[in-house]
Amino acid sequence: MNRYRIFDHTADLGMEVFGKTVQELFANAAFAVFDTISDLSRVRAREERKIAIEGTGWEDLLVNYLREVLYLFNGEGLLLKEYSIMEIDPQHLKGTVSGERFDSSRHRINMEIKAVTYHQVTVRETSDRWVGRVIFDV
Amino acid sequence: MTGLKKIDDCRWMVPQTGGMKVPGIIYSSERLIREMGADESPKQVANVAHLPGIVKYSLAMPDMHWGYGFPIGGVAAFDLQDGIISPGGVGYDINCGCRLVTTRLVYEDVRERMRDLVGALFRDIPSGVGSKGPLKLSPKEERKVLIEGAKWAVDNGYGTDEDLETTEDMGAIADADPEMVSARALERGREQLGTLGSGNHFLEIEVVEKIFDATAASAFGLEEGQITVLIHSGSRGLGYQVCDDYLARMVKHLGELNIPLPDRQLACAYLDSPRGKEYLAAMACAANYAWANRQMLMHWTRETFQHVLKKGPRELGMRLLYDVCHNIAKIETCVVDGKEATLCVHRKGATRAFPPGHSALPARYRKVGQPVLIPGDMGTGSYVLAGTEKAFAETFGSTCHGAGRLMSRTQATKASRGRAIAREMADKGIIIMASGKGTLQEEIPEAYKNLDQVVDVVHKAGISKKVAKLRALGCIKG
Repeated sequence: MNRYRIFDHTADLGMEVFGKTVQELFANAAFAVFDTISDLSRVRAREERKIAIEGTGWEDLLVNYLREVLYLFNGEGLLLKEYSIMEIDPQHLKGTVSGERFDSSRHRINMEIKAVTYHQVTVRETSDRWVGRVIFDV
Repeated sequence: MTGLKKIDDCRWMVPQTGGMKVPGIIYSSERLIREMGADESPKQVANVAHLPGIVKYSLAMPDMHWGYGFPIGGVAAFDLQDGIISPGGVGYDINCGCRLVTTRLVYEDVRERMRDLVGALFRDIPSGVGSKGPLKLSPKEERKVLIEGAKWAVDNGYGTDEDLETTEDMGAIADADPEMVSARALERGREQLGTLGSGNHFLEIEVVEKIFDATAASAFGLEEGQITVLIHSGSRGLGYQVCDDYLARMVKHLGELNIPLPDRQLACAYLDSPRGKEYLAAMACAANYAWANRQMLMHWTRETFQHVLKKGPRELGMRLLYDVCHNIAKIETCVVDGKEATLCVHRKGATRAFPPGHSALPARYRKVGQPVLIPGDMGTGSYVLAGTEKAFAETFGSTCHGAGRLMSRTQATKASRGRAIAREMADKGIIIMASGKGTLQEEIPEAYKNLDQVVDVVHKAGISKKVAKLRALGCIKG
């Protein structure tokens, strides 16, 4: 199973993300973001951050989770490659992420992701997996 | 989208149905409407019409394309008492905009020096994803930037007072309150002041190719063959973070509004509420930051021209023609059904186009109307238009903002696979330098609507008039 695929949206970037469990869906969504920003094979997991997120439902929680991990890059320069979700329900998420600071001598930025939007965001559970769709401003 | 009704050669109506409070009107042409295909932007025009307190109609300009929440190219005005303000109706890049600098140079003066000029600009002006500016602002200085905007830059040696006169709102919106800006946004802002950014932002050397309106061109100081510089940038990470913070807050409290919204990205707050006022005060900070940013970028451009061409400031005569924002919400006095009304006008990918005689215009432009700057896509050049009475009467004093995307970025990357874009542009006589790996592929000219067609619509519709067309010679991109 692919972890994610990109779909077209005129000015922006759409991503459809998959997971066997809701935990995996969220982790794969964070992976999709960083896999798009940079080449993760060149990133080491040297610095860990704890994450605690709230939401009003799965969609809101997913957007808020992605906003948080994206801030860690846009605001603090952390390229993240590992994402663990310890606790999750539609209103809360607790987990950790790890990666390292962007270093222009070793890392390359392939695409800038400006923001995570709420536009047409969906999270649904099918018979055999979880599927989420998110549109990013790039 | 089916159901669009043609009003005349330049306007299509989105009829008022369901929960829409007003109809929608799209300024366009047969061809642009046809090219839109499955693009969902007309539906977004209809979605905006659901918002409380919307006045008259939900508008879209001919460069309209599918955004999130509001369409790009959308204009909507709201009543101050029962209307709303929506961060998504402004966009992430608050006060993304452009400014045009005229010079005393003609094409012959720079023809042999273009490579040197573009190379030096690329070296001197920080650009690209996450690029940092040369100064690390103290928190105290940053507060000043957020309150004073372009004036802060001028007071600190980046330009002259004359530059402020030809900047929309003199380069600062009143009532900016840095207390309303989050620690995260402030942190992102401190390092990025004086950077161009990435994506569609650019700095371009252009030559005036054609004058359409001699009187207005003369008032604007434009002549055929003249060299100009166009700078397109915004409020960088600070603006994105302000939008992100307030959007999340408004989504969280959506239930309190009791408004069924067709799209969560339309999340909003009443203008007459603490949350609405807080966003306006934070948005003003981001807008002011963007004006300071463009002022600094222009200052370095002037310096670079001086160094490379070994000419003094007087000889170069680099004067700011005008600076406009095209992602903003502002409290303005508009005309509705012939009567004056104070409204909150959202322009998301649309430009203010005030008519001749308007008190907000500098004296030298008052007879001809506000200069409107319409940047094209990479390498196509740009237009200078002038605002009109009709824009004031029909579109809350607004017009288009650019070419508007036609292809998604992934489609553009596919279409340009295997092509040497910089080489293709060089063959057309345009020198381009970009810092991002994929930027040139994503920004190929075919990815955008034809700028001539977009501008023809607003000219024909009378919501602004053509003054001059500029052709690109050299460009730096993030």
